[in-house]
Amino acid sequence: MNGARTGTLASLRGSIARIEAPSEAAMPNRIALGHASADAMLRGGLAPAALHEVFAAGHQSGAATGFIAGLAGLISARKPLVWVRQDFSDRENGALSMHGLAELGLDPRLLVTVRAADVDGALRTAADALACDALGAVVLEVWGQARQLDLVASRKLTLAAQASGVTALVLRIAATPIPSTAETRWIVRAAHSPPGNAASPWGAPRVEAELVRNRHGPVGRWIMEWKCDECQFSEPSAYPQPVAATPAHRPHQAQARAGHRLAS
Amino acid sequence: MAGLPLLLAGEGWGGGLSTNNVLRKERAPTRIASGDAIRPPPQAGEAKKELPSVVVAKDHNAILLHAVDEAAVRTGLSIGLPLANARAICPELTVYDADPAADLKTLNDIADWCDRFTPLVALDAPYGLFLDITGCAHLFGGERALLQIVTHALSRRGFAVSAAIAGTSIAARTLTRHVSGKIVADGAEAQAVGPLPVSALGADSAVTTGLRRAGLKTIGDVAARAPHEISARFGSAFTTLLGHALGQGDAPISPRKPLPDYIVEKRFPEPIATDTVIALTLSSLAKMLVAAMDKQGKGARQLEASFFRTDGAVRAIMVETGRPVTRPEMIDRLFRERLDALSDPLDPGFGFDLIRLAAGRTEIVVQQQRDLDATVHDNDEISALIDRIAARIGGKRVVVHLPLESHIPERSALALPAQHHLAAASAAAWPERVVGEPPLRPLRLFERPEPIKVPFASVPDGPPHQFTWRRALHAVVRVEGPERIAMEWWKQDGAALTRDYFRVEDAEGQRFWIFRDGLYENELRDEAGAPVAANWYVHGLFA
Repeated sequence: MNGARTGTLASLRGSIARIEAPSEAAMPNRIALGHASADAMLRGGLAPAALHEVFAAGHQSGAATGFIAGLAGLISARKPLVWVRQDFSDRENGALSMHGLAELGLDPRLLVTVRAADVDGALRTAADALACDALGAVVLEVWGQARQLDLVASRKLTLAAQASGVTALVLRIAATPIPSTAETRWIVRAAHSPPGNAASPWGAPRVEAELVRNRHGPVGRWIMEWKCDECQFSEPSAYPQPVAATPAHRPHQAQARAGHRLAS
Repeated sequence: MAGLPLLLAGEGWGGGLSTNNVLRKERAPTRIASGDAIRPPPQAGEAKKELPSVVVAKDHNAILLHAVDEAAVRTGLSIGLPLANARAICPELTVYDADPAADLKTLNDIADWCDRFTPLVALDAPYGLFLDITGCAHLFGGERALLQIVTHALSRRGFAVSAAIAGTSIAARTLTRHVSGKIVADGAEAQAVGPLPVSALGADSAVTTGLRRAGLKTIGDVAARAPHEISARFGSAFTTLLGHALGQGDAPISPRKPLPDYIVEKRFPEPIATDTVIALTLSSLAKMLVAAMDKQGKGARQLEASFFRTDGAVRAIMVETGRPVTRPEMIDRLFRERLDALSDPLDPGFGFDLIRLAAGRTEIVVQQQRDLDATVHDNDEISALIDRIAARIGGKRVVVHLPLESHIPERSALALPAQHHLAAASAAAWPERVVGEPPLRPLRLFERPEPIKVPFASVPDGPPHQFTWRRALHAVVRVEGPERIAMEWWKQDGAALTRDYFRVEDAEGQRFWIFRDGLYENELRDEAGAPVAANWYVHGLFA
């Protein structure tokens, strides 16, 4: 009886695993972020037609907005993007600047912005927009610990995204994660821009992205740099910087140190 | 009462109508007493003591009677009499203050109700309405029947109505000032208007008095004189008015709403009140409307559904679309979104007896091959989505962005309703970014720059070492700048100061766009000429 029970359990677990993890072949093409180790962890990149959440650490809305704008740019490619936000978010965190978007290498012509009066309106608009398969992605920006954005709401968004193939990106500012049906969840904080000297200007958008939830794989934490010209993320690039001259009498140690500094 | 166009009860109005084979107008001058205008007429069983009541208004520092009721007329009061005199005549007078704003609102409500007869309803303030009933009368069983419907319905609500139908609006109005219910055939205006007193024309009181003093008592008397004599004495405007009253030429009326391109409507013998029936009616109306538009290859850009309640209230709901709508299910869906999102839901009260759907603005639809060109299909889908969202939360909340020719950061982009500017936005030319440069403009821009506290700067013109924004202290570790942005002096009144922008990064890695308002020692001086401390602001956040 015990053996039969184990067998049943095993077969049940197998079927649940099959239900939960759709086969790789059936998954639509994943979108590579460009950051090699993060892409490896995500098995090739971000899954389209799913819900992804980005939380701003503390009130650092700038970094999180940059990260989600990058994701949206990667996912929607040449297709239109709908950005749904609350009125309050405009006042609290500033409005999305089109010139700023263009500076990141994204196209403001493809952006339609919806300003909803409240969270309910924003949620409903986002669900509506997700049903329109002509879009590349829908960004929903919610400020604060919105109770309306619970498991049920995120399930609705996920289903809508799956049905139409449009990716849903949710940007949460001043909120802490609660259970949801998101495919991935990121916590993003600002990272220091690369060190520069007089010749190399600093200020490349760099964020520290922590993957705290990944439905189909492990989690991790990386420093990512957005390459404005190539329109993708990358490992933080090493910029030329003054390095102390290698002492001639300690070749091995000195080489190792120099390499370490360059990679940092 | 002699010189006055009409004497009316406390709440009342008179109306008129006019006829012509080409143009028919109806007019209903009202005189509405204070406050609540719609009041049921006194019931037969009610106390029939009939204390006279009047409405008064202040005119040139004298309180004069503005309107009087029948009981007051019987005691000898008339409009224009000072209140003190009236009190002397009749001490038990009930007095109300005139409320012109409420009168006008009531007149507008009545005009809304009159929309059910014709789309062309014009106000003739303070108490008249013109209805252009050309081609409408047969729908209500002819002019006589229409006149009866209007007068009956309005008198039942407690208004005193005087109505007439004539070929020109002025002739109709003149008739209503004398007698109600007159229908004048085309060309017979002069004959009908002739015997009426000159005051019925509604000209200035100076003109009326002047005519009477000249011995011209009736309109016929005036018309018998040569026009140049009248013009010389009373001005050409009066001659024109007289001509219109006599049916020679017509003054155009100015309807309250533009005439919609297409109208379909459904009348119900039994009022409807349930949501399902209303929804079904709207869908069938949408089908009828699309069928009508389809014959001429048109699509609707603006739709209006009007719900006429049995008690006279009218609710109109409008939706706009970015592209001409040619499918009934789309119209249906837009209205469903709109009705769902109404902050004060549609209140059927005792039911609607008429629902009307009108296409206010239409455009010729260019038929496109749908299946082969994916972008056409996509654009259609997106504009349909924008229409749906706009129908629910409002067209101004769904925006696209266009670049503006200005280097002032907050003025360099314009957000415009996506419904109307989608095509323009997708063809807009944004400035190219400089390859290899990090972002020079922040991703998030505050509409109003937020003041920050800067304790000191190392040099007066230099960047700060630290600043306090929203009660948090940020230590500046790196700075890039300044980027000097001068205000547009050719547009300004000269008040705005030059800004020095710095890109700064704090110890946590957050990047800000901050600026100092004003050039140190140049612009920042008090009246005495001594340098003052600059104000600092944070204007944006970089990614």
